[in-house]
Amino acid sequence: MTLVINKGISPNNMVNSVLEISGVDINCCLQCKKCTNGCPVVTMVDTPPSEIIRQLQLNAGDDILKSDLVWMCASCETCFSRCPMKIDMAAVMDALRIMDAKKTIPARTSKVNKFNNAFLSTVKMFGRTYDIGMIAAYKIKTFNLLQDTDKFPAMIRKRKIALFPNFGADKKYIRRIFKKTSK
Amino acid sequence: MKYVYYPGCSAESTARDHHMSILEVARALDIDVEELKGWTCCGSTPAHHTDKLLSLSLPAANLLKAQESGLNMVVSCAACFNRMKVANHEIRTNPDVKKQIANTLGKEYGGDVEIRHFIEILLEDIGIQRLKDAFTHSINDLKVVSYYGCLLVRPHEITKFDDPENPTSMDRLVEAMGGEALDWPHKVECCGGGFALSRPDIVIELSDSILGMAEAAGAQCIAVACPMCQVNLDLRQKDINRKKNRNYNLPIVYITQLLGLCLGISQKRLGMKKCIVSPMPVIEMLSKAV
Repeated sequence: MTLVINKGISPNNMVNSVLEISGVDINCCLQCKKCTNGCPVVTMVDTPPSEIIRQLQLNAGDDILKSDLVWMCASCETCFSRCPMKIDMAAVMDALRIMDAKKTIPARTSKVNKFNNAFLSTVKMFGRTYDIGMIAAYKIKTFNLLQDTDKFPAMIRKRKIALFPNFGADKKYIRRIFKKTSK
Repeated sequence: MKYVYYPGCSAESTARDHHMSILEVARALDIDVEELKGWTCCGSTPAHHTDKLLSLSLPAANLLKAQESGLNMVVSCAACFNRMKVANHEIRTNPDVKKQIANTLGKEYGGDVEIRHFIEILLEDIGIQRLKDAFTHSINDLKVVSYYGCLLVRPHEITKFDDPENPTSMDRLVEAMGGEALDWPHKVECCGGGFALSRPDIVIELSDSILGMAEAAGAQCIAVACPMCQVNLDLRQKDINRKKNRNYNLPIVYITQLLGLCLGISQKRLGMKKCIVSPMPVIEMLSKAV
């Protein structure tokens, strides 16, 4: 099998950035591929987890952030759980997402990134998530107003979704956390 | 037995039934749970996707509050449970992280609060025998597959919940209720979790495989302990039927709802009507224990 590694715009090797953000050293990977064999989305992606690691070992540049797995990884942690070298692959994927989200144009499946921002904005505002506010913000960001509207009548009838935010959260720490992490 | 209880954001919205059933079961078994005052969001998946310090400080803020209450913490949501455990683990094992979090919160937290999932309390503190003694009803050989998902069991070094590949906690509870706990291979597969809204296509693929395996095993219902799993399997079931040309009609109930029914608690108080796929096939199996 041929592995093509593109460096991308940044000449820096991503492996150091991954280590810096996640604290995970991927150099001890044996390429046993247990992560790939257990990955639930492996049939849906072009770049499986073991290949991400191999590319990082072979000095991949920031083109690796375009790999489809970056935003399709479900953080199920099966990879980390089964890794014989105890490499926290889920944390590696987090590091790649964090780097991609900082780019001016985040990768193709950035709907997940938009969802994350919508989610965290309600946490910042109320101290807890507020589903309807989050859904509205997400839909506006993705121009997809009609998604899942068929589910709302039953959810509202069954009170399976809160209509109003809860104001019971003590926001003392929340304010500090968002300020200190500048999110 | 007294615990400070962290319900998590879903308890006020999509998983009210989980929250209600946990409080009812706790009351019936004399487990004293006191809601953590002013609790805030654990950050869930969006936080660890965004920033490591943010993802650890959000749960740590709640753990600090719990510490001030002097009680250990019981968590209902599998995702919150996971994030709390991860934060505690990092604080306990990494002095730099501990310092960073202290700086973010403006107060030091040393990782001293013990965090447990409600199921662990039931099995370890109450025990199967006391549960059996308390049951007034039986689910009479109802065929149940227990679905644990990702966040309770992984990573095992941190969550320390049961067995990471073949957990049996919920199966033991099902057997105690008089049900038939079916063995099946998808106990710890992923349902798509936090992709519920952003990547429903992935949720449909993964949840279809779980529902398909449950049906093949002969299950009459799936018992869950995670609000994300419940929503993905229940609320998306219709979409899965349509998109994948299936005919699933599997009730997705919280294990605490089943326990509540066996403790003689009313359906209303357990939020049974909140299930999208009708749980009637489960309720019809219920009868007074002999």
